[in-house]
Parts: sequence; C-alpha cells; structure tokens
Amino acid sequence: MSSTPSTTPGNQLPREHYLNATYGIRSWLLTTDHKRIALLYLASVTFFFFIGGAFATMIRIHLLTPSGYLVTPETYNKLFTMHGVAMIFFFLIPSIPAVLGNFLIPLMIGAKDLAFPKINLLSWYIYLVGGSFVLYSFSTGGLDTGWTFYTPLSSVYSNSAVTPAVIGVFINGFSSILTGLNFIVTIHTMRAPGMTWFRLPLFVWAHYATSIIFILGTPVIAITLLLAGLERMFHLGFFNPVLGGDPILFQHLFWFYSHPAVYIMILPAMGVISEIIPTFARKPIFGYTFIAGSSIAIAVIGFFVWAHHMFLTGQSAYAALTFSLLSYLVAIPSAVKVFNWTSTLFKGSISYDTPMLYALGFIGLFLVGGLTGLFLACLGLDIHIHDTYFVVAHFHYIMVGGAVMGYVGGLHFWWPKITGRLYPEFLARIAAVTLFIGFNLTFFPQFILGYLGMPRRYHSYPPEFQVFNVMSTAGASILALGYLLPMIYLVWSMRYGQVAGRNPWPATGLEWQTDSPPLTENFDVTPEVTWEAYDFENRPDLGLDVKGAPTLAPAHGDD
Amino acid sequence: MPLYPEQASNFAPSVDALMVYITAVCLFFAVAITVAVIYFFFKYRRKSASEIGVPIHGDMRLEVTWLVVPALLALTMFAGGAVVYVDFRRSPMDTLDIYVIGKQWMWKAQQPTGLKEINELHVPVGRNVKLIMASEDVIHNFSVPDFRVKMDVMPGHYNTMWFRPTKPGRYHFFCSQYCGTNHALMGGWVTVMKVADYQAWLSGSSSADMNPVVAGEKLFAEKACNTCHLPDGKGRAPSLNGLYEGRVLLADGSTITADDAYIRESILAPAAKVVAGYQPVMPSFQGQLTEEQILALTAYIKSLQSQPVPASGAGVAPAGKK
Repeated sequence: MSSTPSTTPGNQLPREHYLNATYGIRSWLLTTDHKRIALLYLASVTFFFFIGGAFATMIRIHLLTPSGYLVTPETYNKLFTMHGVAMIFFFLIPSIPAVLGNFLIPLMIGAKDLAFPKINLLSWYIYLVGGSFVLYSFSTGGLDTGWTFYTPLSSVYSNSAVTPAVIGVFINGFSSILTGLNFIVTIHTMRAPGMTWFRLPLFVWAHYATSIIFILGTPVIAITLLLAGLERMFHLGFFNPVLGGDPILFQHLFWFYSHPAVYIMILPAMGVISEIIPTFARKPIFGYTFIAGSSIAIAVIGFFVWAHHMFLTGQSAYAALTFSLLSYLVAIPSAVKVFNWTSTLFKGSISYDTPMLYALGFIGLFLVGGLTGLFLACLGLDIHIHDTYFVVAHFHYIMVGGAVMGYVGGLHFWWPKITGRLYPEFLARIAAVTLFIGFNLTFFPQFILGYLGMPRRYHSYPPEFQVFNVMSTAGASILALGYLLPMIYLVWSMRYGQVAGRNPWPATGLEWQTDSPPLTENFDVTPEVTWEAYDFENRPDLGLDVKGAPTLAPAHGDD
Repeated sequence: MPLYPEQASNFAPSVDALMVYITAVCLFFAVAITVAVIYFFFKYRRKSASEIGVPIHGDMRLEVTWLVVPALLALTMFAGGAVVYVDFRRSPMDTLDIYVIGKQWMWKAQQPTGLKEINELHVPVGRNVKLIMASEDVIHNFSVPDFRVKMDVMPGHYNTMWFRPTKPGRYHFFCSQYCGTNHALMGGWVTVMKVADYQAWLSGSSSADMNPVVAGEKLFAEKACNTCHLPDGKGRAPSLNGLYEGRVLLADGSTITADDAYIRESILAPAAKVVAGYQPVMPSFQGQLTEEQILALTAYIKSLQSQPVPASGAGVAPAGKK
C-alpha cells in the first residue's frame, strides 16, 4: 500500500480533502460523508456539554453553603436533573461513538464510508429532534425527576415538563440504535482485504461491543420511558400502585438499559486508550486478544447486573445475592484491560505527548472509578453507601474521569487527522494536567462525604458536610478551566495550527495511511493490510529505527 | 475532620470492617498499578526520535494470573458483603416493631403503644428494633448513617429493616431516595435512650385516643368489615381471631404466613389470595384507606391474635393442616 514517507509534516494541506470538497450549508446539512457527519455530531455534543456544564457549575456554586447558596429547592432539583439528562443522553452516550467512531471506523478498516451513509445522516437528525424536545422541556418548566425518572414521582407527582423530556429521550434512542446497526454491518462487511478480525484496531472491537448494547439495550429504555409517559398522560397503571402498577418494575426496566449504558460510555473510551498507549509506547499492545475479548465480555455480562442498583428496594435477598456476584464478575474484564495497558508500557519507547498524558490519566481515574465499584457491589457495604455521594463520586470517576478523559484524549490524538493541523503541544499538556488535578479535587472529597452519610440530590445539607463540599467546588473551578483551555486552542489550531502531515506520531493504523484531512472517499486506492495491529517492528514505511528491534536493549539509550 | 460516622448500631462495626477490608485490597492494586505506570513512564522514556519499543505481544501466565487472583479476591468481598446483608434482611424474632410512614416531605413513626412522632424516632438502646415502613406517595428511603442502615420506603407495600442501637444519643436520619422538591428537608433525629428512660418517655406521653388498636376497632366497624368477618366464624368471611402470624390455607392449596404484608394485601387486593373455602366477594379498599388507617386495622387484627379461634370458619389453618 502507500509507500510515501509520511512522518515529516509538510507545509501544505492536501489540495483536495473532505472539508473543501464541496462548499455551502447544504453540502453539510445533506452530507452523507461519515467524516462530515462526525463533525456535525462534534458541534452538537459540544453544545450539550456546555449546557450540562453550565448546570454543573450552578450546582457546585449552590452547594458552597449548607443552606444552599444560589437557587430555590425546585430550581436545584431541576439543575441536577437537567445536568444528568443533557450529559448522559446527549453528550456521553453519543460522544465517542458518534464523533470519533463515526469518523474513524471506516478509515480504520479501509472502507469508503459506513455501510448506510444516509441512515448515518438520519441518526444525526433524529438526535437533533430528540434534543429539541428535551431543550423544550428544559425551557418550559424544566425537569425535576432526576435523570432516572423513577416512578411514581415522574409519572404522577412531578409538576415539571416530564412529557416532552421523555418523548425527547425516546426519540433520541433511535439515533443510538441506527448508529449501532450501522457500525455492526460496516465492521462485518466492509473490512479491506487483509483486515482480519484479529488485525482490527481495538477501538473497532470496543465499538463493536458498544453497538451490541446500543441495539439490544436502547429499545428497552425507549419503551420504558414511553410507558412512564403514557401513565403520566393517560393514567394507564403500569407503575403507579394506586392504579395497580408496580414502581419496582420501572426500575428493573430502566436499569436493564441504563446499567449497560454505562458501558456504552466507557467501552469506546477504553478503545481510545487502547489506540493511544501502543502508539506512544511504540510497541504492540500487551494481550491483544484479552483486551478485545474483555470488551465483548463487558458488553455481555453488563446486561446481567442491572439490579445492583436496587439492593435496597426490598427485592428478594436471593436476587440481591445473584446480582452482587454478577457485578463482581463484570469487574474482572475491566481489570484485565488495566493490567494489559500497564504491561504495554513495559520496555516501550514512551513519549510524553498529550494523548499519552490523557491515556495515563485515564488509567489512574478509571482505576479509582472501577475499584470503588467493588465497594458498591458489596451487599453489606452498599446498605450504607447506597444513594450517597459515594455513588456520585464513583460514577463521575467512571463517566468523567474515564469516558470524558478518553474522549478529550482521543480528540487530541486524531485532531491532526480530522483537521490536518496540530494543536499547540505545550498548552495541551498544561490542560491535560489541569483536568487531572481539577477532577480529583472535585470528586475525591465526595467519596468521604458519601461515607459520612450525605445523601445525593440534596439542595441543602447539615453543616458538618460543608468542608468537603467547599473543597469539591474549588476543584470544580479548576476542572472548568481544564475544559475551556482545549476548547479555545483546538478552535485556534483549526486555522493556525502547524500542518500535521499524514502520520505525525507515527501510528500504525490504516487511518494514518491517507491524507490529513482525508479525501471524501478516504483512500485513493483500497488499502491492503499485510501487518498485525500495532506492529512497529515490520513497518519500514513509518521511518522508525527498526533495525535490531527484536533485541533492542533500553540500556544503551543515552544518544 | 471525621472520615467515618459514629458507630451506633450492631451493623456499624461489620459495615466498617467491610469498608476497611475492601479499601485495603483496592489500595494495594491501585498503588501497585500507579507505581508501575509512573516507573515505566520515566524508565522507558523515549531516548531518540525514531526509537521503537521491544515488541512483546503478551504472556499467557500473566493473563491467567490477573484473571484468577482478582476473581478470587472479588469472591471474598462478595462473601463478606453477603453475610452482613443477609443478616440485615432477616430480622430476628423478638423485635420492637415501629411503623414508619413516609410522605412528601415528612416522616411519621408510631410506637407499639400508638404514640406517634413526626420527624423523630425514639428507640431503646440494646433492643432489636424493626421498622415496618410504607409510603403515602412516591418512593422514599429511611437512612441512618450512624447505624449504617437504610431501606427504600415504597408506596403500595411494606418494606422492613431492623437494627440494634448500641449507644444512647441523637443521630441524624435522612430520606435517601430522591422524592421531589423538599427531599433534602425530609429528615430528622433518632433518639436512642436507655431502656428505663424509653419506658418513662413512652408512658409520659402516651394517651388512649392514640391507641391504634382502638382506632382500628372503630374502623373495622365503620368500614363494615365486622358484618362478614364474625369472630365466631359463622359469617361470609373467615374469623380473624388468632390470625396474625398464623398459617393460612389458600384456595389454591398453598399456605402463607399472615404477616403485615399479607394482611395489607388482603385489604387492598382481597382477590389475590383467597382463603380456602371462601368466595372472593370482598371489595377492594385500594384508595379508600390511608396508610395510617391500614396500620390501625393491622394493629387491631394483631390484637385478635390471643382471641379464641373458632373450630370452623377460622382464617387461620388448623394446627394439623400446615
């Protein structure tokens, strides 16, 4: 395949690429190019991230004092609800799959586009329609049910705009289902010659596993929220005991999707990390098949742990025992990944580039997030920490420390491919470190708050909890800075950044074998794959020092 | 600055022990991984721009080790947690039963004597206390961090939880399940008293019109329950004498213990479990009784426990037919 030396950044972007192939608003709104659709998603999920982030900022300011500093109880309840709904359904779930996955999966497997380009565009429009309903709910009365929509609070007692929000999330579900379908068909049918299953980048494996959850899980949440909406609108008794319904049934159905949804958020981020680490350690990933297999294991076992959210609903103790055991089981494949990533660093040639800082930060934060899951899966301990700030801290470590670090790290890693230009390295490293520190300052104190007994979703709290709340708010201000910084320099670099060239790192994946930014058709000629994933040793085209590589001793390296 | 709440119940030491054990195991792995990452990060720093790493693809022995060892450690955590949880879910026989009702946004508690409290709960130290809880509206959760206990309080059925206070004092309780606008204000104090103080407190503030048995008896007549449930077993419905905590033979041939949940269900959904030999003619009282009225009726039925059971027409199954 391409034999052009690709490591030296040229001074010029390629003459023709997907960004300048056609012009005008119509060429974007009616595009079927997976790369342009990815950018449409990038803009929309960033919009929702800002909305969710603004709510989070107000939450943290409000909690500075025990009696609540900023808003009324009603407003506070709406803030945390809308923060959750915006962040989970409209930022975290689509972020990596719909932006990076959309952009990269065809490039990584050597295809021209996804299998169903028009359906891909349709997914984005469905997302917009769903998002509009939710924004309508936010702006006409807001939503105060908690993102979990527990009945009968949501279906009977809440006075906020529940119906449009439920319809919005319902509609948005179809966007996920179609994206998952598109990915699965694409990965099965459109791999380039020589791209066998076990040569696939682990990012693709992670998205395959994610797509399984999209397809199997999303219909359940869609129907569940529809039922809650019907109960609210027409007083059909599904969940309200007064009408003969069962409120616990809602929780079973809700978590049957919403627990696997956690893996929708974290699996793609794990895929990103599995790309970054071998690239910047310049060696094959340790235990490829175990990392690939663990993604599938997480997706499958993840469907059988949902009732660990319900240990204290009064469900049968036998059910609780079963779900606790299964929850411990799902922790094992996650641990396998962490061990393998760490081992990949051993005898590597490690650089301190920004994506690597994000990847190592991810390991640290995911470690805390994952390990604290063991606390919550423990039945006896969960009695005490269930529904406290311990839970809040735990899932923010997974979703923000894990998923968002993976997303921002991935954006940096593939930014040269997406835009053709490099971001300013120094600023980017500062931002990565700021994010890591700010994140820990924000969320670590919440573990202690939780063990001390502070329940979640409290607009006011007893004064003994104030110290840790102030610490958390202080950390959040650093965290906010860490997010604003990349937002600014990434936009700046789109015009002023140094031209990157095809393969600036260099990395081994197919996506780096084509222009940056790529052609609309991705590749001049269909590539043929003759190497294993992350194989630097047999890739003279990367321009690296491969002579004597099998016995390269790190000791001689003071040159 | 305290890092853990006070230990004021029988569950507190065991929950804290689980916390210490799991923290120790997790800390070991977290430190090991962090040290390894940082060490490798500096040790294998790239020495020249075109240098590549040593191609190592994996190691089966390592993979098996880090599959099996964490799995075994996880099993110990599971087992430890299971022991405490099963103990928590299975209340002992000799409990002091207190009814708790949650509603937006307050807690009502009712002592066995009928004494009612709002956002307060008085219990004697050293006694096994069982809370029998239901909600008037949405899902709530009664949680006492210093006791390390909590349980959801559901509309439509009873959840119970138990604990044994070990130290006199005043302890915060909270609603831990988000329940709407004033969720954060839906809390109060548990007062743990020495047994003598508790008895004095009970008799000092008790009065007859609060007695749930009396209120229940009145309701039993008002709602015309007594026209069918005749004590002598000659009515259209079985006698309730001796029913409470007894075994009941059902129309489908199975038997069930007549506990609070069964009595509640039989009031709200009588057709669900019909006593053998009777027709499902009783109307449902769903929506016609408040939680407090159901508690009063239950208390009255409970008071009939010691009444003579008629030879025929009893709700409770004859001793031989278990």
